[in-house]
Amino acid sequence: MIQFQERISGQVSTADAPAKIDIRGMGFFYGKSHALRDVTLSVPADAVTAIIGPSGCGKSTLLRAINRIYEIYPDQYATGEILLDGRNLLERRYSLSALRRRVGMVFQKPTPFSTTIRNNVAFALSYFERLSKSEMSDRIEEALRQAALWDEVKDKLGASALSLSGGQQQRLCIARTLAVRPEVILLDEPTSALDPISTARIEELISELRERFTIVIVTHNMQQAARVSQRTAFFHLGELIEVGDTSQIFTNPQVQRTQDYITGRYG
Amino acid sequence: MPLRRKLADILALLFAGAATLFGLVWLVWILWTTALQGGAALSPVLFTQMTPPPGESGGLLNAFYGSAVMVLLALAIGTPIGIAAGTYLAEHGRYSRLAAVVSFINDILLSAPSIVIGLFIYELVVRPSGHFSGLAGALALAMVLLPIVVRTTDEALRLVPNTMREAGFALGIPRWRVTARVLYKAALSGIVTGVLLGLARIAGETAPLLFTALNNQFWSADLSQPLANVPVVIFQYAMSPYDQWHELAWAGAFVLTAFVLCLNLGVRFLARGAK
Repeated sequence: MIQFQERISGQVSTADAPAKIDIRGMGFFYGKSHALRDVTLSVPADAVTAIIGPSGCGKSTLLRAINRIYEIYPDQYATGEILLDGRNLLERRYSLSALRRRVGMVFQKPTPFSTTIRNNVAFALSYFERLSKSEMSDRIEEALRQAALWDEVKDKLGASALSLSGGQQQRLCIARTLAVRPEVILLDEPTSALDPISTARIEELISELRERFTIVIVTHNMQQAARVSQRTAFFHLGELIEVGDTSQIFTNPQVQRTQDYITGRYG
Repeated sequence: MPLRRKLADILALLFAGAATLFGLVWLVWILWTTALQGGAALSPVLFTQMTPPPGESGGLLNAFYGSAVMVLLALAIGTPIGIAAGTYLAEHGRYSRLAAVVSFINDILLSAPSIVIGLFIYELVVRPSGHFSGLAGALALAMVLLPIVVRTTDEALRLVPNTMREAGFALGIPRWRVTARVLYKAALSGIVTGVLLGLARIAGETAPLLFTALNNQFWSADLSQPLANVPVVIFQYAMSPYDQWHELAWAGAFVLTAFVLCLNLGVRFLARGAK
């Protein structure tokens, strides 16, 4: 606990910041199984919101609802509302392509496409925008710089993305997401498959990105949540138990269950 | 180890070994005979002269040509349709009932006797047009190829982990583009393997051609006419009473077997390269 307090001191309250995403009375079903119940949560703009909780609490499910990636699978559906800048993105007529362009996602395991580094970053970009060759190069460089990968790959953009290390691959996936200039970035345990050094780099990166993007990160690692986020939401058994400024959640939780979880009594 | 278990172990090993040996003996015998008889009959004339009338010497040029044309045409017809259908089964229709029905019917087609497919094309093309033709032969071969390509494409795409699909969709890319640019790439070696295996299968098919392309003693490049081909030539010449024809049948069988063997080796090589 003392460790946490040190790390998170000096952070400002985010409770009054304008909400980028407003989740209202949202539920989620895998067939008949009710995975999330009546979640109401607002995600502030230009900050990092961490979602924590024990395995199976629905934290990844919540993330997967925000870009509707669950829709690839039959029998999965969300109820309630998720407002992105005031518009309910769960509505059928909300364009998936437009939604996912605005809300990018990075997964637990790095998922580079088996092509060159350049093509990985250009993949979505070339679909959404008609760019000249030089504009394309600029945008690729911009994305790789933002993802703190440029210096490592600038001389081998034509090399296979699979030749990169795990941590580099994950940053490439972040670059690929940043290339289309999204507004929100969803990170689903982005460092759980990485070594400590790569993890530290990604965390640093998250802190840099938070000034320009709204970030939601799901993590199993509570120190990580404390290090990178300004706001933390604790989930348990498909319900939102408590949400607040990260400093408050980790130092002075209001609910017993939150206290038990962050002090390691279960999870 | 107790004695009983040891005995059971030895017995099981013995049975398994014997069964393997039994299977191998015939295969080696067939290959050995083909190599011996066919190798002896092999000569450059084979690839420069036409099939001869009884009692004269000649080659198999028209048969090789006809086979090559029909097999390539069958590939050109069967591969795109097969890949498209396999893609539907694995991607667009993965969870639909229609896809399950299509997949089931495809399995039936996969195990349908090839002579039935020959008869089907005979009724569909040969009878209405009034004569046998190379085109009908190619269609029949395409029908044999199609279910193989459908099945292997379906399976190769299913082997691509869902994380790749999610990664593509999460970027806002529509399904067709994710399939074309990401999934096909990941499944490529599996799909190519399927096409090559199908090619090896149709190269030696005789039954579908008997009712469709039939045969042609002479040089002909006209697809609307009966077309010579290796399997039917082997069939007819092997049944004949003439020694020269027997020799040509052996030579044809040898070349065909060697071709299929090479294809299979190529597939192996490809599959290993993918890992």
